Amino acid sequence: MSETKRRQMTPMVPYPSGAIVPERDLGSMPVLECSHLGIDFGGLKAVDDFNVIMGRTEIAGLIGPNGAGKTTVFNLLTRVYQPTRGTMMLEGRDMGSMTTVEANKAGIARTFQNIRLFDNMTVEENVRIGLHNQIRYGMFSGILRLPQYWKAEKKQHEEALELLNIFDMASMADTRAGSLPYGAQRRLEIVRALATHPKLLLLDEPAAGMNPHETEELMENIIRIRDQFQIAILLIEHDMNLVMGICEDICVLNFGRIIAKGTPDEIQRNPAVIEAYLGKQKEAQA
Amino acid sequence: MKTKRARFITSLITYAVLIILFIVLTVMINNKSISRTLKGQLIPICSWIVMAVSLNLVVGISGELSLGHAGFMSLGAFSGIVTSGWLLNGFAMEDPTLRLLLAIVAGGLVAGIFGALIGIPVLRLRGDYLAIVTLAFGEIIRNVMNCVYASVDGTSLHFGFLNGALPGTLLLNGPMGAVKVKTISTFTAGFLLVMFALIVVLNLVHSRSGRAIMAARDNRIAAEAMGINITKYKMMAFVTAAVLAGMAGALYGLSMATLVPTKFSFNESINVLVFVVLGGIGNIPGSIVSAAALTILPEKLRFLQNYRMLAYAVLLILVMLLSNNALVKSLIRRINPFGRKNRGEEELRA
Amino acid sequence: MVFLSNLVNGISLGSIYAIIALGYTMVYGIAKMLNFAHGDIIMVGAYIIFCAAQYWNMPLPVSLLIAMVVCTALGITIEKLAYKPLRQATSLAVLITAIGMSYLLQNTALLIWGANPKVFPDMIDTGSLSLFGGQLLIKGETLITIAVNILIMIGLTLFTSRTRMGKAMRCVSEDRGAAELMGINVNSTISITFAIGSALAAIAGLLLCSSYPMLMPTTGSMPGIKAFTAAVFGGIGSIPGAMLGGVLLGVIEILGKAYISTELGDAIVFAVLIIVLLVRPTGLLGKAVREKV
Repeated sequence: MSETKRRQMTPMVPYPSGAIVPERDLGSMPVLECSHLGIDFGGLKAVDDFNVIMGRTEIAGLIGPNGAGKTTVFNLLTRVYQPTRGTMMLEGRDMGSMTTVEANKAGIARTFQNIRLFDNMTVEENVRIGLHNQIRYGMFSGILRLPQYWKAEKKQHEEALELLNIFDMASMADTRAGSLPYGAQRRLEIVRALATHPKLLLLDEPAAGMNPHETEELMENIIRIRDQFQIAILLIEHDMNLVMGICEDICVLNFGRIIAKGTPDEIQRNPAVIEAYLGKQKEAQA
Repeated sequence: MKTKRARFITSLITYAVLIILFIVLTVMINNKSISRTLKGQLIPICSWIVMAVSLNLVVGISGELSLGHAGFMSLGAFSGIVTSGWLLNGFAMEDPTLRLLLAIVAGGLVAGIFGALIGIPVLRLRGDYLAIVTLAFGEIIRNVMNCVYASVDGTSLHFGFLNGALPGTLLLNGPMGAVKVKTISTFTAGFLLVMFALIVVLNLVHSRSGRAIMAARDNRIAAEAMGINITKYKMMAFVTAAVLAGMAGALYGLSMATLVPTKFSFNESINVLVFVVLGGIGNIPGSIVSAAALTILPEKLRFLQNYRMLAYAVLLILVMLLSNNALVKSLIRRINPFGRKNRGEEELRA
Repeated sequence: MVFLSNLVNGISLGSIYAIIALGYTMVYGIAKMLNFAHGDIIMVGAYIIFCAAQYWNMPLPVSLLIAMVVCTALGITIEKLAYKPLRQATSLAVLITAIGMSYLLQNTALLIWGANPKVFPDMIDTGSLSLFGGQLLIKGETLITIAVNILIMIGLTLFTSRTRMGKAMRCVSEDRGAAELMGINVNSTISITFAIGSALAAIAGLLLCSSYPMLMPTTGSMPGIKAFTAAVFGGIGSIPGAMLGGVLLGVIEILGKAYISTELGDAIVFAVLIIVLLVRPTGLLGKAVREKV
């Protein structure tokens, strides 16, 4: 990560409740507030006592060993799972009774660890699915080809290409999504999520399967997306270069519980984190 | 996935071919150079085409197997017959064209209402369960229609359930069905209905709603995460298909002098499914071709009558086995002119 | 008394549904597919028994044995030819294939045996049981049907819990991938499942046609669909569930026909299916599965 990028980040300051948010976000309502969030699968507490506050334009990382419950947190935030305990608020709005669809409409968009594109549709159509609730017209306008149809289709087309241009993918607009190379599929998932005009973007291992050069590009793009759209981004990632490079705030999860929170520097020095990650290594050597 | 241009051309060719066929057939009918059997089949062919196109909307576009499509046709047929009989006997509406139009609208409406009522519980289910419940609803409709009586007395309609003692002229007679129906369906009406169904389905598929329907089919979880209300769009496809099936039913019912409820059995639902599968699941023009061909062929090849259903069964299995065979799939992709661009990229990826 | 007699008839019909439902539930549990052709295997079994008894004058046990062998072979062949190549395909494709298979069997039977119904001979000749001074008459077939059902249920439960093969079946039904990694031959396990289900179908064919002696190419399809309803009712994949669902459905059908309306008998059965799937989609004894995201 180059120094110029570092300098774009504002210092992290403590919030009244003890969480840290970027100084620039202090004036506005936090985008996400989870308190004591938890879910049980049978007797297992898959996630427990999950407390997080995210600033409006913060880039935060969620890390932890495999099986720590990171993706489960994403599934809770997008209401794929209904939490057993706790509350979550999106810009001060209680998400308690929301469905996955409502959570997306309220402003949470995500990508998937195991890519879930609409393989048989073109790249552009995938993005248009993301634009579904942003540029609308009714079923009958579509069947009767009323003026709204032509107007909205044109607008969808233009915005889809504009969004694809973030990753220089506009030239692939007519390609079948399923036939894209792996890295491009991951990027398309991000574009599709962005198309739903989120306030909070959840990225589940965005750099998985990418080469170091692609990862470097992805890091720049994530920051650019944040700057351009002024949204918060929470990402799960195993690539520590990426996490330490662009995340302003990091939350470490182990066995479903938060074991550490703080800036990248703090996390790297935290003994509990080192034990969670490196403790295993010692056992393996022994 | 075809590009936009290719899609546009395919639709255009489909419309053009249908219009040309209609003109040629009309000229032939006027010249009397068409065989009696074929002429008698033209209206049923139109009905079955609409059935196949509408079922393809559910099976191909929405990706849910519906095994009770004949039930909607039954509802449409009998409500169309009742509407036509009511208008004729109660209001002395002699004009057959207007009566047919109103009957078809009524058939679509009734089937649509039942489609919505059935869709609410059915679409909460998935996969095999959904299929078996549509089958159950189809059988329930057939069973219940067997017990429905209707008559017109003056301008008022009377209905009876398990009870045929109704005043006035009987229109529906329980298990005996509809008798002495005034056949008012015409080939022109059938052609217009086919065009209507085609325009509705193709325009729906290539719109925002159609993309949502296909997104829900391809990846339910991703579609929900993109803010698409799965149930709403599955419902849209299901009800639209029910309305079209009801209209096809009214057209069909008003082309037959007598019609019994048992006509619309599970076998008819499967017949329509055969049209859809052989024409290509999700391929709308394909459904038209296969529905027409498979209605004409058995009549032409009388000696094959006994083997017709056997052949359908074998074809169903073969199409499924071949279309899921990796070797055949790659062969099709190689032949398909629209697939070329994608193939290049797949090689790049490998 | 009439009620009691209806109830006994219901349990008897339900026992037949239960035996058919076992075939559905085991195949659904292990191959995760709805074997639509299962009902038609019953029909084939019944025809074989009919031919063996009527034309070749075989005694009942021999006829039944022949039918069981033929049905088993048929079940395994269908699985190998039609279903095995579709293991990776969508459930839509598999179900359409199964429907095609059902039609293939029906129409082949139509060509071989004709459309006219054959009157199935009364082979289970045991007289009948008279209770309450002749007020309640229970036919021998009824009692035998119920007894056979109970025997099969006990046998299958022992088989799945005690034998190696039975345990392998339970593993495959739980997690096919993991079972494969543990060295279980998934393909042969699925074949065995089809074999057992088809052999049971032959027995069901005998019992069905002994109680309802009209044999036609479509004889199996309606009981087949109803038995699937019974399997869903009891909880798909569960052997005691199939028994419970079958018996309950049989009782509901007979009582519905007797006290509500004869014409609406089938509609009532299907209404039960719809209500069960909406209220408790996992059935009475089934358990829910969570989809991984």
